Amino acid sequence: MATETGGDTGFGQVSRAKDVAFRYVTLAATLVGIVSLAILLAYVTVDAVGWLDWQFLTSPPHPDPFEAGYYPALVGSIALMVLIALVTFPLGVGAAIYLEEYASDNLLTRFIQLNIANLAGVPSVVYGLLGLGLFVGLLNLGFGTLLVAGFTVSLLVLPIVIISAQEAIRAVPDSQRQASYGMGATKWQTIRNVVLPRAMPGIMTGTILALGRAIGETAPLIMIGAPTTVFGVPNSLFSKISAMPMQIYTWAQYPSTEFQYGVVAASAVTLLAVLLTINSIAILIRNKYQQQQS
Amino acid sequence: MTNEQMTSSETESTDEHEHGREQQTAPTPGSGLTDDADGGGTRSETERTVLEARNLDVFYGDEQALRDVDIDIPENRVTAVIGPSGCGKSTFLRSINRMNDLVDTCRVDGKLAFDGKNVYDEDVDPVALRRKIGMVFQSPNPFPKSIRDNVAYGLEVQGIDDNVDEAVEQALKRAALWDEVKDQLDESGLELSGGQQQRLCIARAIATDPEVILMDEPASALDPVATSKIEDLIEDLAEEYTVVIVTHNMQQAARISDKTAVFLTGGELVEFGETNQIFENPDHDRVEDYITGKFG
Ligand SMILES: Nc1ncnc2c1ncn2[C@@H]1O[C@H](COP(=O)(O)OP(=O)(O)OP(=O)(O)O)[C@@H](O)[C@H]1O
Ligand SMILES: [Mg+2]
Repeated sequence: MATETGGDTGFGQVSRAKDVAFRYVTLAATLVGIVSLAILLAYVTVDAVGWLDWQFLTSPPHPDPFEAGYYPALVGSIALMVLIALVTFPLGVGAAIYLEEYASDNLLTRFIQLNIANLAGVPSVVYGLLGLGLFVGLLNLGFGTLLVAGFTVSLLVLPIVIISAQEAIRAVPDSQRQASYGMGATKWQTIRNVVLPRAMPGIMTGTILALGRAIGETAPLIMIGAPTTVFGVPNSLFSKISAMPMQIYTWAQYPSTEFQYGVVAASAVTLLAVLLTINSIAILIRNKYQQQQS
Repeated sequence: MTNEQMTSSETESTDEHEHGREQQTAPTPGSGLTDDADGGGTRSETERTVLEARNLDVFYGDEQALRDVDIDIPENRVTAVIGPSGCGKSTFLRSINRMNDLVDTCRVDGKLAFDGKNVYDEDVDPVALRRKIGMVFQSPNPFPKSIRDNVAYGLEVQGIDDNVDEAVEQALKRAALWDEVKDQLDESGLELSGGQQQRLCIARAIATDPEVILMDEPASALDPVATSKIEDLIEDLAEEYTVVIVTHNMQQAARISDKTAVFLTGGELVEFGETNQIFENPDHDRVEDYITGKFG
């Protein structure tokens, strides 16, 4: 305003120095993350070349690095994911619906809410202890079985599923609920016809991202006594299972450099590939749902 | 004010005993003017009270949004609810079909009777109540479903599944939308224009054939052309339905309504009567000031 009638040419100039500086600072922050991830990926991929092949993916582990395979761990991890999804999706969505649509905003609800947020931050090794005590000790479901591993890691990621489902449900505009209730719909009808269809893409994305966290967990598996090496694929809920990160951890401790670099790198690349696949599926599902919505 | 309330309670006792259709309309409380002061001149002079509030108080937490409201809303008429922002118009509308139940902090005292039955009685199921009282909201809120499914939503939740297509067609025709959408019933309701969406919402509200339609500023988000379509529609709807409409637009209230209720700040119903009388010769200076735009 001062320059309105000032002696400057035209409207005058406003300094952009801070603008430009800030722009480069934020760019640098972005690059640190992206570049280090790229370097990491490049290293592992280079090491994995020559090791990651069909034989590696389809054979059981072997003391000879050239014959060692990842098959039981790969299948174990996938079975684990399926079980975790089956457990956490209904429980997580159910809890989120309760908290968002049914529970009134009182002290108890807030206390539960706060604790869910806290549980999401509890270290995974603590969940391992819980799984050991509850599922192995109390319920006697067996050391290191698929069932115990699935339940334990489910508990670990459940708070994440609940919180992301709550966010998705909260994002459904209230005007949609009002429209439904105004038509004489019951709460259940409103949730089923209006809230859930709209929240589903968000719920799916949250659940699948939680699975992404679950697939990398090692500590809880160690705690519940999952075997370091398994030679067969699980054929029942009570089979002992191994999982990809667990197998990586085991191989990384072998003295031979072929294991430490080649085999471990091949395993890591496989793990990452499965993770990326899961995330892509999440995005595909979300996009498909969103198209149906509009 | 006190005088008015006494008059209305007298009216109440008559109403309760004989709900007959032939009952002569009570004089507009406190106004000294009778019905034939040409308000709904084109319609029959006998009217039945469909909605009746007595000493209705509504609170949000400690804050009182409606204060001691007494009103008799007649059948098959358009009743406009006007008043400055925050005076409780929406609250009043939402207390009729108990949408306020959805607000945790909301509490209602007094009586609000629909067809003679207090909707706040313990044996009233708000879901069943809302099936008899349709509602149209301020901004169009169609579901992300097809046009057909939007209109059929009420039928679906009520478990009515025969002649759905016919009911959808009827509702769209009555909402003056059929000709525009008859070839795209399977397309999303969100692809319509704002004015079409609002008529879709009206079609959705009438598809289940409710007795009363509540509208909360249904045209506030629309342009003049769409608005006048909605206004025509509302006048038509009053042939079959009792319409209660909140509006901020004085001309709109004057144009389309038979009766007008003026709420003023603090949640008081200051004046209720024939629309012509309210607009031409209101009893209260505050109402006159509000209508002529001197405050609000
Ligand atoms: N959900 C709510 N929780 C708490 N207070 C509310 C709620 N809804 C409305 N109120 C309060 O009740 C009073 C009346 O609100 P209401 O929405 O009924 O006004 P209105 O006449 O419809 O206003 P407008 O013309 O702006 O729509 C206001 O003071 C408002 O702050
Ligand atoms: Mg309002």
